[in-house]
Amino acid sequence: MAYSDKVIDHYTNPRNVGTLDKAKKSVGTGLVGAPECGDVMRLQIEVDENQVITDAKFKTFGCGSAIASSSLATEWLKGKTVDEALAIDNMAIVEELALPPVKIHCSVLAEDAIKTAINDYRVKNGLPELEMPKSHH
Amino acid sequence: MLTLPIYLDNNATTPLDPRVLEAMMPYMTNMFGNAASRNHAFGWQAEEAVDYAREQIASLINCSPKEIIFTSGATESDNLALKGVFEMYASKGNHIITLTTEHKAVLDPCKHIEKMGGKVTYLQVDEKGLIDLKELEEAITDKTILISVMYANNEIGVIQPIREISAIAKKRGILFFTDATQAVGKIPVDVEADGIDLMAFSAHKMYGPKGVGALYVRRKNPRVKVTAQMDGGGHERGMRSGTLNVPGIVGLGKAAEIAKQDMEADTKRIAAMRDRLERELTTIEESYVNGSTEHRLPHVSNISFKYVEGEGLMMGVKDLAVSSGSACTSASLEPSYVLKALGLSDDLAHSSLRFGLSRFTTDEEIDYAIDHVKEAVAKLRELSPLWEMFKEGIDLNSIEWAEH
Ligand SMILES: Cc1ncc(COP(=O)(O)O)c(C=O)c1O
Ligand code: FES
Repeated sequence: MAYSDKVIDHYTNPRNVGTLDKAKKSVGTGLVGAPECGDVMRLQIEVDENQVITDAKFKTFGCGSAIASSSLATEWLKGKTVDEALAIDNMAIVEELALPPVKIHCSVLAEDAIKTAINDYRVKNGLPELEMPKSHH
Repeated sequence: MLTLPIYLDNNATTPLDPRVLEAMMPYMTNMFGNAASRNHAFGWQAEEAVDYAREQIASLINCSPKEIIFTSGATESDNLALKGVFEMYASKGNHIITLTTEHKAVLDPCKHIEKMGGKVTYLQVDEKGLIDLKELEEAITDKTILISVMYANNEIGVIQPIREISAIAKKRGILFFTDATQAVGKIPVDVEADGIDLMAFSAHKMYGPKGVGALYVRRKNPRVKVTAQMDGGGHERGMRSGTLNVPGIVGLGKAAEIAKQDMEADTKRIAAMRDRLERELTTIEESYVNGSTEHRLPHVSNISFKYVEGEGLMMGVKDLAVSSGSACTSASLEPSYVLKALGLSDDLAHSSLRFGLSRFTTDEEIDYAIDHVKEAVAKLRELSPLWEMFKEGIDLNSIEWAEH
């Protein structure tokens, strides 16, 4: 299968690879997927007092499309408010990266990672947990 | 001079040897006759060429030319052997014994046979990929008509103890079939010494053309017959109808002749390169060779690089044509069933690459491959949350992974 130029670009030059201090109250961590399934994504956000995401980092074990999806997600997250981030839909990632149907689940994983990270942040800061969308993996 | 990408997927298919192409050319141009045309020179020429190819092949595997049935490839040969024996020997029994690690071209006909009322036992292999001979003996019943065990595995290259298996089959009066697609032309295969009754193989895995293969069917001690799976003009002693693929057969014959002549020298060179590749790549931390390294084809190496995912890795080594046991590369989203049969955990199966060398592989290509893989693994581990956890000493099994 041929990869789109955008997937290749994110794979070759992944944006925002790294780790934030998960002990910090302002950091939300989302770890999704499972090694047995061949994909694990960890996405982290750092949120300021105005509910704006000031930093986002990822690490992903998975195929090129999964790496590209999480790299793109971190780009999109930075500068957004938490509420705006919640609205990110996996199909927008599919469109931006021109993912073929068999790779849609890689984008679903990215959406799950965003929502899980936001929930982690919310719980840490005494906010009620949001209902998670069912993973369609 | 290095040309990229480098082809290291020779268990999927091999390039056509120029000597083979040269032998085939006349039969793709002026010598186009039908080998079954008995009444003119075009037909005689074609028949002669086919007969010669039969001799070349017979000489490679030590059988009589009359025992070769030409087919369209190993998939057809596997189908013909399994279904053909099942039908032909229905009065003797309906039980077949095979391995879980067989190629789909064996497993799927077996499933078909089960639907037709047959019984199939799928034996497990050990962590090296080898059959347990005691389990084989115990699986035999008075209804067993066939033991089907591949000569060498296509994913890990593991060679089964063929002589021990055939001895058990013979002792119990059961036929022995082997899918030798990965072995013929690569290692010495001798149907007499090995005690083989039926054997499938294919030209395109031994530097011949695609779409042609053969089934060896023993004619003496015992005389074996298979029910044709394709009805028609009664070619190939009635076991496989259809106008013979003369240029393809000529190619298979030539490939067999070259294999016999060059095998020793080729093997020495290829095995040295494979060993060097494997030695270098296993200096990478947390890398593991899959399957037996003792009983193995000389040109294959299957390695898992823990904490990186195979398809992501293949994308990283884009200048190498290799394959992976990762689910992400398969339509089913399941990792390799062969690697899982060795008892590999799913994550290790996902992290595997298969390197398959050929007689055209060069030392320079191997040098390049070593550097390229090392770089890609290092880069992907930087990206891998699992690698980070491993380095922090976190037990990955202690984490509750999201179910999906
Ligand atoms: C062990 C084995 N059996 C059968 C086949 C099928 O061969 P063919 O492509 O000639 O049908 C292959 C090749 O993929 C193989 O490796
Ligand atoms: S992570 Fe498996 S296909 Fe993308």
